[in-house]
Amino acid sequence: MEMFTEYLWAFLIGGALCLIGQLLIDLTKLTPARILTAYVVAGVVLGALGLYKPLVDLAGGGATVPLTGFGYLLSKGVREAVDQNGLLGVFMGGFTSAAVGISAAIFFGLLAALAFKSGSKINET
Amino acid sequence: MNISNQEYGELAKRMSPPSAMYKTLPLSFVIGGGICVLGEALLNLYGMLGLSQDDAGALTSMTLIFLSALFTGLKLYDRIAQHAGAGTLVPITGFANSVVSPALDFKSEGYVLGLGAKMFVIAGPVIVYGISASIIYGIIYYITTLF
Amino acid sequence: MPVCRGKTFKYEKASILSYAAVVGKAESDGPYGGEFDEVLEDNKDSAETWEQAEALLQSKALKHAMGKAELKPEDMDLLVAGDLLNQCTGSSYGLKDYYIPFLGIYGACSTFAEGLLLAGAMVNGGYVGNAAAVTSSHFSSAERQFRFPLNYGGVRTPTAQWTATAAGAAIVVPESKPPYIRAATVGKIQDMGITDLNNMGAAMAGAAYDTISRHFTHMGTHPESYDLIITGDLGQVGSDILSDLFRRDGVSIDKYHKDCGLMLYDREKQDVHAGGSGCGCSASMMCGHFLKRIECGDLKRVLFCATGALMSPTMVQQGGSIPGICHAVEITAK
Repeated sequence: MEMFTEYLWAFLIGGALCLIGQLLIDLTKLTPARILTAYVVAGVVLGALGLYKPLVDLAGGGATVPLTGFGYLLSKGVREAVDQNGLLGVFMGGFTSAAVGISAAIFFGLLAALAFKSGSKINET
Repeated sequence: MNISNQEYGELAKRMSPPSAMYKTLPLSFVIGGGICVLGEALLNLYGMLGLSQDDAGALTSMTLIFLSALFTGLKLYDRIAQHAGAGTLVPITGFANSVVSPALDFKSEGYVLGLGAKMFVIAGPVIVYGISASIIYGIIYYITTLF
Repeated sequence: MPVCRGKTFKYEKASILSYAAVVGKAESDGPYGGEFDEVLEDNKDSAETWEQAEALLQSKALKHAMGKAELKPEDMDLLVAGDLLNQCTGSSYGLKDYYIPFLGIYGACSTFAEGLLLAGAMVNGGYVGNAAAVTSSHFSSAERQFRFPLNYGGVRTPTAQWTATAAGAAIVVPESKPPYIRAATVGKIQDMGITDLNNMGAAMAGAAYDTISRHFTHMGTHPESYDLIITGDLGQVGSDILSDLFRRDGVSIDKYHKDCGLMLYDREKQDVHAGGSGCGCSASMMCGHFLKRIECGDLKRVLFCATGALMSPTMVQQGGSIPGICHAVEITAK
């Protein structure tokens, strides 16, 4: 039962964060790239204010998988780095915490680009 | 013209159909939520294999990014995204798609100036503003630790 | 009707000798799929890249048009061609091997009408014995240049249009044979202040209204004078705006108006949102469908008005608006 509520929260919170993004697409002129940027920055701000941590504790993947989670990770990383390395940590924390995500995106992106051909979009509904 | 630009703008707005939100909102919720549930399942799986919470999180991101790269290469990601909207945009898989798709597309202009240079043409701002925001927060946090 | 200067050209001897259209897969799956001369396999055929594929489209369209008229490249006097890509890549690279005198033109999606009216003028003026108007667009090359990478999962808004993978070529000669080019009105640039990249129909509809109503005034005609008024790629949004603009003058064009962007695809089954667009959209519908019907006398008098959004991605990013243009060419069976 506990397992089930854990997944339910992940679904609900993750779905809600996506729903907010969809509302931004449908109701405003914001382009997808702007929305992604806004999500990451929002994650940093919410993480800094300590507001995102409770969401992560509640929803797990529901809060860490959306890009706000990436922003939260950046804020967490920079805080830990400052605690350890002082002022220099300011410039270390972000990339350290984002290292896995960015490296994976670069390397798997390279692999995919090498392995596949760019394809025509298909316009069947 | 028999109409002012302002009046024309209002006419154009009236004639432009709005998004079918009765369809886009539930789809983005369900598909986006689904990707997050997959993330949660991976977190639990890696946790059961004995990884620490942070390592399991990192490995989960890696797995999702790998899957997104694979689906982008197979031309499936954009087909799902046609229906999912923000449901495939907001999760980390959307970030990966925005890195992989230009790399794939601009391969025709060469490996260095095409694939390499264009890889972050969409995702670049996410990193620029994400990292910058973290640095600003870091400076503020550093100042608070001084007292 | 607005006050207008800028004459409508009248043509005495300009006929369309032959014409051909080559399309991609989605277009061949559309309602008029059977009427085109060739379908590019996998939207690419033997080409390596999308830009090469667009060049190939144009090359093939001209080859078919010349073949039907039994003309060889050395028999041709002039090519008037253009497309959507920077430096008119499709035309320059697709037509270079023919070694025919070449004029490159840019009119965005209005290029086919611009080409026809210039080819007609050169033939009618007696400068050349024949001239071909050629144009193309390719979904993938346009998407790469103007929007996002092909496999990016960005969302298309309901007002967005689908760039046609298609090319058309028509050879104009002074000999008397239907279809005849009878008159043409050169469009003026109309900037209606539309800034939305995903709403080209709205950016172009004002220009269509301006050119069509000027053509009516100069020719002393009205919608009822024509069997059809064919616009290029206004799509659903642009067509609705055009109809509304004419209604303000107490004129109804709905009965005579057809839009190539609304015809090329099956909008029920194909996810093209507000309709098709691109130079190839109107070129392929004219060369694949309408010119045949005019030639056989099924349509007696047609006003072909290809519309173009003279959009610069740089200017739009700088906050600028999207100017539109529309050229009208009157084509008759007699």
